[in-house]
Amino acid sequence: MGLTTSETSPHTMGNGDTLSTRLDHLVGLLRKHGPNWARKNSLWPMPFATACCGIELMAMGASRYDVARFGAEVMRFTPRQCDLMICAGRVAIKMLPVLQRIYMQMCEPKWVISMGACASTGGVFDTYSVVQGIDQFMPVDVYVPGCPPRPETLIEGVMAIQRIVDAEGVKPSAERGGLGLTVDPVVQLNTVGRRS
Amino acid sequence: MGTDTMTEARPTTMSLEEPGGDLWALNFGPQHPATHTTLRLVLELDGERVVACTPHIGYLHSGFEKLGEHLTYNQYVVVTDRMNYISPMANNIAWHHACEVLFNIELTPRCKVLRTILAELARIQDHLLCVGCTALDLGGFTAFLYGFADREDIYDLCEDICGARFTTSYTRVGGLMNDMPDGWPEKVKAFCRKLPKTLDDIVALLNRNRIFIERTKGIGYINHDDAINWGLTGPLARASGVRRDLRKDEPYLCYADNWDGSGSSGVDFKVPISHGGDVLARYLVRLEEMHQSLAIIAQLIDNIPAGPVNVLADDKQTLPDKREVYTSIEGLIHHFEQVMTNRGHTPPIGEAYGANETASGELGFYLVSDGGIMPYRVHCRAPSFINYQCFPKLVEGHQLSDVVAILGSLNIIAGELDR
Amino acid sequence: MDQNIAQIVAGLRTAFPDVAFSPQPLIDRSEDDAGAEQVFVRVPPDKIVEVMRFLHDDARCDFQQLASLTCVDYLDFPKARDRYAVVYTLVSPRLNHRMWVKCFVNDPDPAVPSVTGIWNAAEWTEREVFDLFGIRFSDHPDLRRIMTWDGFKAHPLRKDYPLRGHGEREDFTVVTDDSR
Ligand code: SF4
Repeated sequence: MGLTTSETSPHTMGNGDTLSTRLDHLVGLLRKHGPNWARKNSLWPMPFATACCGIELMAMGASRYDVARFGAEVMRFTPRQCDLMICAGRVAIKMLPVLQRIYMQMCEPKWVISMGACASTGGVFDTYSVVQGIDQFMPVDVYVPGCPPRPETLIEGVMAIQRIVDAEGVKPSAERGGLGLTVDPVVQLNTVGRRS
Repeated sequence: MGTDTMTEARPTTMSLEEPGGDLWALNFGPQHPATHTTLRLVLELDGERVVACTPHIGYLHSGFEKLGEHLTYNQYVVVTDRMNYISPMANNIAWHHACEVLFNIELTPRCKVLRTILAELARIQDHLLCVGCTALDLGGFTAFLYGFADREDIYDLCEDICGARFTTSYTRVGGLMNDMPDGWPEKVKAFCRKLPKTLDDIVALLNRNRIFIERTKGIGYINHDDAINWGLTGPLARASGVRRDLRKDEPYLCYADNWDGSGSSGVDFKVPISHGGDVLARYLVRLEEMHQSLAIIAQLIDNIPAGPVNVLADDKQTLPDKREVYTSIEGLIHHFEQVMTNRGHTPPIGEAYGANETASGELGFYLVSDGGIMPYRVHCRAPSFINYQCFPKLVEGHQLSDVVAILGSLNIIAGELDR
Repeated sequence: MDQNIAQIVAGLRTAFPDVAFSPQPLIDRSEDDAGAEQVFVRVPPDKIVEVMRFLHDDARCDFQQLASLTCVDYLDFPKARDRYAVVYTLVSPRLNHRMWVKCFVNDPDPAVPSVTGIWNAAEWTEREVFDLFGIRFSDHPDLRRIMTWDGFKAHPLRKDYPLRGHGEREDFTVVTDDSR
C-alpha cells in the first residue's frame, strides 16, 4: 500500500531534521509508489467481450456488483485509453488478429485478464475454429477460472491485477513474454459485398 | 478497432440528393461498444447517410453444429446455453423439445409447467436486456441499469433452481435435471410483483421522451410482406404486423390445449402485434410481451401439479432421478446405462424438427439420428442469424447514428448468430 | 398424412407431371402416427427453382417463408444412397403449415440452383451451406464464405472433417514476429 509501507522515515521529526529533507523524503516516496498507487486504483478496462462471459462482465459493471468500488468502472471501448484488457469469451481464429491489433493499440503499461475457460484454454469448444487459449498469442497476467466466472470471481481477478501493479509496478510487455506472433488471417478491411 | 476510417477521401459535398462521387468506407466493429458483441459492418457513407452496408459475420464461429455430432442428446444441452446467452433457459428448453419430438416423448404435467414458467422468465430476461440496450445505444443509461437490476433477480431464480446463474443446462431428455427447490414459487411471485414497477419506470423514462421517440419512430422500417420473405420471426415480425407466434400456432408445453392429459386448456395470453414496423414498434411489442409473460406465469405458478418431473424411469430414455442413483442399485445401473457410450438407449432412426418461440423468434433444431447415442447431425435454426440478414435493407438511406438504434432493436446475439 | 400436405402434393403432381413426388415422413414411426405430420418431398436439383416458385405462389401451398435451409452429409448414414441433402423448411404463416423439401446431390461438384430469387432469407443460409458443406448454389448473387475466414480451405461440417480440424487453428502464417 503505497505511501505508508516498507520505507517509513528513519528521520525523527526532531530539531535536526530540516523541512527540505523531510520534503525530499516525501517526494522520493511519492516517486516510488505514487504512480502505481494511482494506477492500481483507477484501472480502465477495455472490455473485449465476445461471448457469454461478456454478460457477466456487464453484470460486474452494473449496479449489484458495482466494480466502481475498486476503481475499475471506467470501461473504455477505445484501446488507446485503456490499461487493462479483459478478454471475456471465446476467441475464434477469425477474431484473433483483431484481438492482437487491439492489444497492440493499447498504451504501456498494460495488463491482461483472460476471463473464463474459453479465453484461457478453449473451454468446451475444442473445435476447429476456436483459439485454445489466448496466452499463445499475447501475454496474460491473470486467468479467471469459471464458465462463466461469477462477477465476484472477476472482481477478485481485478484485485489480483491491483496486487500485481503494486508488487511489480510497470514492466513493459516485452519483459512479460512479449507479444509473440502476429498471425494471418489478417482482417480484410475494406471488403464490400453486393449492394442490395 | 472502433471506427477506423478506411478511405481518406473527404466528401466535398454534403448534398443528400446525389449519392455517388465521394463515398467513405467506414469499418464498424468487430469490437465496438454498439455492436454488442462481435459483429462487423462495412458501411459506405455519403456524408452521414448510409449508402450501402455489408455485414460480416463469423467472428464468433465456434463449431456448435459440429460439436453436436460428438455429444449425446443430454450432453449437448451444455452447449446450447452458450448459444443465446441472454436467455439460456429458453435454448435448453428448445433443444430438448426437439429431442422429444424425435424420441416421441410426452412430458409430465409438472415438467411442462416448470418449463413454461422458465421459458417465460427467459423471455422477460431477454426483452429486459434488449429494451435496455435500445435505450443504452441511444444514450439512455438509466433504463439499461433498471433492466439489469431485474435481470439479476432472474439470475437468482435460475441459481436457486439449477445452481448456475446463466449457464443453466437445466433440462434433460424427458424431464429436468432436478425438481424445483421448496419455496421457489414464492420467489417467482415476489419477482412478478416487482417487475411491473420496473417496467413502469422504463415506460416513464422512454415512452414520452421526445428524443427517444424521434430517434426510433420511422427508423428501420420493414413491411409485412418483406418481413415474411426475409424470414423474420418473433417480435421483429410481429412489430411488422405478422400474426405468428409458435406458442399459438404450433402450441407445445402448456400453451397447448389438454397439456396435462385431463383436458385443461392452454394458458391464456395475447400476442401483441404492431403495424409500425420500425424500431419503436419493436420496442413496444417487447414491452407488452413482458406483461403477457407475467400473466402466463401468474396463471401457472399457483397450481404446479404434483408428481414426477421426469417421465417414467423404466422407459430407459431418460436419466433417473439423482436421489435414486445414490440410494438404489437399480437407479445406479440405469444411470450407467444412460451415460456409458456403448450401452445407452437407442433413439429411432430418422429426422425431426422441433421449434420453440423464444424471445428473438423461432428457435428450431433439425435433428438427424442414425440410431447412435449421439445425433448424426444437428442443425440450429437460429433466429438471430436469419433476422440479421435484412439488416442492410433496414439501414440503407438512414443516418450513421441510426445504424446503432436499428442494430439494438434487432437483438442480435453473436453466439447464436455465428454458432 | 395431414390434409393440407395431401392437397399440396396433389397440386405438385398436376403442375409437374414429369417429376415423381412421393411424400415421406421425416421419421418412420411404425407403431403410431404421432410424428407423421412432418413430411418431406424429394425434388431433383434441376427442378428445384420451379417447384419452389410453385410452392411459394400457389394459393393452396402459400409457403411465404423459408424458415431454414440446411444440409446433411449422409456419408456414413446407414442405407443412404446420395451423399448430400439440402433441406428446405417451408412455412406458411397464413395457412399455418410446414413442409420440408430435400434435394439430393453428390460429389464431385455438388451444386444446386439458388432460391434467393424467391426468398431473400435464402441468401445467407445458402452462403452458410456453401461455406460449411461446399455445395455450390448457382446464380447466388454473392456466394462467399460466411462463417470461416477467407483462406480457409476445408468444409468443416462434412462428415470426413475431424472435429478439431486439420490443424487450421494451429498453423498460421506469421506476419511479423515482434517479440521486441
Ligand atoms: S468460458 Fe463459458 S461462459 Fe465464458 S465464453 Fe466460454 S463458454 Fe461462455
